[in-house]
Amino acid sequence: MRNFEIIKIENLAKRFHMGEGDFTALRDINLTFSKGEFTGLVGPSGSGKTTLLNIIGSLDNPTEGKAIVLGNSVSELTHKQSAVLRNFHIGFIFQTYNLLPVYTVFDNVEFALLLQKHSATERQKMVMEALDWVGLADKANSKPAQLSGGECQRVSIARAMVKRPEIVLADEPSANLDATNSHHIIQTMKKLNRELNTTFIFATHDEKVMQYLDRIIHLKDGMVEKDEIMPELKTKSHVSL
Amino acid sequence: MIKFLFKGILKDNSRSLLPIIVVALGVALTVLLHGWITGALGDSIEMNASFNSGHVKVMSRAYAKDFGQMPNDLALLDADTLVNKLKSDYPDLDWVRRIRFGGLIDFPDEKGETRAQGPVVGWAIDLFIPGSTEIGRFKLQGAILDGKLPSKPGEALITSDFANKFSVKPGDAFTLFGTTMDGGMAFRNFTVAGTVRFGSSAVDRGAIIADITDVRKALGMEGATGEILGYFKSGVYNDMKATALMNDFNQKYEADKDEYAPQMIRLRDQGGMAEYLDIANAMGAIMVFVFVMAMSIVLWNAGLLGGLRRYSEFGIRLALGEEKKHIYRTLLYEGLLIGTIGSVVGTLVGLSASYYLQVVGLDMGDMMQRSTLMMPTVVRTRITPAAFYIGFIPGVFSMVLGNALAGIAIYKRNTAQLFKELEV
Repeated sequence: MRNFEIIKIENLAKRFHMGEGDFTALRDINLTFSKGEFTGLVGPSGSGKTTLLNIIGSLDNPTEGKAIVLGNSVSELTHKQSAVLRNFHIGFIFQTYNLLPVYTVFDNVEFALLLQKHSATERQKMVMEALDWVGLADKANSKPAQLSGGECQRVSIARAMVKRPEIVLADEPSANLDATNSHHIIQTMKKLNRELNTTFIFATHDEKVMQYLDRIIHLKDGMVEKDEIMPELKTKSHVSL
Repeated sequence: MIKFLFKGILKDNSRSLLPIIVVALGVALTVLLHGWITGALGDSIEMNASFNSGHVKVMSRAYAKDFGQMPNDLALLDADTLVNKLKSDYPDLDWVRRIRFGGLIDFPDEKGETRAQGPVVGWAIDLFIPGSTEIGRFKLQGAILDGKLPSKPGEALITSDFANKFSVKPGDAFTLFGTTMDGGMAFRNFTVAGTVRFGSSAVDRGAIIADITDVRKALGMEGATGEILGYFKSGVYNDMKATALMNDFNQKYEADKDEYAPQMIRLRDQGGMAEYLDIANAMGAIMVFVFVMAMSIVLWNAGLLGGLRRYSEFGIRLALGEEKKHIYRTLLYEGLLIGTIGSVVGTLVGLSASYYLQVVGLDMGDMMQRSTLMMPTVVRTRITPAAFYIGFIPGVFSMVLGNALAGIAIYKRNTAQLFKELEV
């Protein structure tokens, strides 16, 4: 299942105007990502991890080169087309969860579906299914403030996964979590990756995350320093979906 | 999505309760203030019209030049004929004769010696002719504090403050001293039929009201009258109609160069009433403008604060694939909903307060003791049809405008910064 190419990056460069000159965040990037990958972009701060995630997530455009995501050249998409691509095909997981505090867990997860015009019955089913994946079905009516950090991040995973996107982009998803919760979160995402064949791309420098990745792309000074396929996963797990 | 937004509004007090309170407060104040100004100015205009100006007034040209001084020596002669002609030519108005005069009244003691004396202004009106509208216009029945309305010649009403000052009661006699139309000395005995209080310091301080036939005799003005006042039968002054009427009437006498030829003026041409009318007319627009500006700035700030608080929410919504214009539109819908709720609440509160003040009024008599303005001492609000929407529309508009201004920030969000922004 996991072999066809869903993201192709060719000769990509990204520069930002800084005062009178330019700052090069990314250069000479050539990468492909296949369906079902569980890949990490690893590197120190300023190496270009988040910039690359931005471009893959059609939140930003390359200055040079191409980023083709699910057959769409990111730089050629209009704002509306970019929004549609994100809405239907890409899920996001953030370091700080970013759950909407006044809404319940159910509402937070449901929101991702509201933009897709599913019926209320469909939404109910899909949200509860997503919460079940992350083990929080019993917390559907809780508010984020009533949850632990790990639970909040699981809700944000459910929010990213509820629309069953082809790609999930996660920026330092374990940075705010303790070791136990970090492992739990990554294991959950790994299970979803396996069972739903969703492509996960992380920006991380967390060793705990790295041990679960099956591909690690090392970035340094905006360039790919090393692209390594990892041997057999150290942790295997399974969830019933 | 609507349900989602509605839930957010209900659950997030700072997004709903605070703006609703702000809008409701603004709308309530607008409604109350509008009712207050309409009531105060309206009562004042009505009182002036009833007592002094009429909706239109006909005088001799010579009298009109100095009508504030009530120069009865320049009064209209053969006034009854002119009144009949006015009734015939302009049947939409009620035409009445009036003589306003000044004088001195003298209260004798039991020996017939002067006990007390004081200056008065007087109104000579039709009290006894069948179908006279003057009793109703002066609200005499309601104004009587003691005694009764004059029922026969020689009886007069005096105002309560004056009566109290000189310890006068119904049945007491007094002598009116004045000047005849020809410049001679005039005096005539009257009996106090009753004491009245009109609720206006300017009148209650010292006035008498007597039948015009008696006053004509006292002042040697048989067949004459100082002023003929016209009142629209609707009871409401209409500036356009009054202007048309005045132009039509004055045109008829344009060729007549006699200084005693009649001349018509409008309510707005008298005693600063133009400013009153203009303020009354402009007040609605001024208040709506001030309200919209002030509320919009407040709600803009509230919206900006809300926008800062909801910065993450908008960021997440953008990241999840919601378009900027969709987020902006939902903000406007929120504004519409909150503005509508706030405006309904504010209008109800404002109307309730206005109704209370319309019934009870606010006694400002102590502040107006020396006032020469003809306005009631008990100021009441007046609920007009405009009160039902004057706050409502700007309430909704300012909330939507506030959100619209605050929401512009959404268009300034750079999606490329979302990951960084959302990691704070």
